Amino acid sequence: MVNRETEPIFWTLFSAGGVVAALFLPVQLFIFALAVPLGWMQAPGYESLRALVHSPITRIYLFVLCSLPLFHFAHRFRYTLYDGLQIKHLNEVVFAGCYGIAILGTLAAGYLLWTV
Amino acid sequence: MSSPGHASTPTQISSGPLDSAPVPDYTEFHPRWYRPQVSTYWWLGKWAYVKFILRELSSVAVAWTVAIILLQVRALIRGPEAYLRFEHRLSAPWMIALNVIAFAFLLLHSITWFNLAPKAMVVRVGGKRLPAVLISGPQYVAWIVISAIVFVIILSRG
Repeated sequence: MVNRETEPIFWTLFSAGGVVAALFLPVQLFIFALAVPLGWMQAPGYESLRALVHSPITRIYLFVLCSLPLFHFAHRFRYTLYDGLQIKHLNEVVFAGCYGIAILGTLAAGYLLWTV
Repeated sequence: MSSPGHASTPTQISSGPLDSAPVPDYTEFHPRWYRPQVSTYWWLGKWAYVKFILRELSSVAVAWTVAIILLQVRALIRGPEAYLRFEHRLSAPWMIALNVIAFAFLLLHSITWFNLAPKAMVVRVGGKRLPAVLISGPQYVAWIVISAIVFVIILSRG
């Protein structure tokens, strides 16, 4: 799957996802998984949050926010297993698993944000 | 030392297979490749290697955060009760502990990513290489501005 021709595509997805993850994910996790549960921040109301997610711009934003970082994860985690654990003999399985997660996550994001 | 009585001795030896060939014996012995066995924990030896592996492992926190976002959108679609359950699950102590770790890894990813950019991207202005601060600096500024905007948007929904 990965060869001289396709590697630049995977690497570009990795890089784009890395930028999106670096700029946008920390604040997202901080607000909804730390600040709100710990009571540092008032939880946004259900209806207004749903209305926010319903707007087309938020949907596109959330789709990019989910999809690209998953491809970033797929590339990086694949090489972590490759270099760190040295399970080169499982290369195909690792590749299918990592990019399978990225593709399934992208499909799930597309479906969910389409039906919001 | 060389008496005629012993003159025949060298001849006897030379009749052996070893003496007839000046080249070493050929055997079908397969040479071993030089492949040193590297331990799975090779990266534990040096702090720089540990940092490298931690940085690479930050990708797990990235995938985890995306999973939370997807679950949140799903709960929003399913209705107020489902969303309440989602919020309740996120406030479990073990979940908060997990998310503190995930958040630390996300910060590690952001910082290493911004600091890596000047090394990956060489910008030259007027034949001179732009200093690293001028490339990673704007990214930190963008990071802060974006985070502030998201904060304001979510706070305005309170």
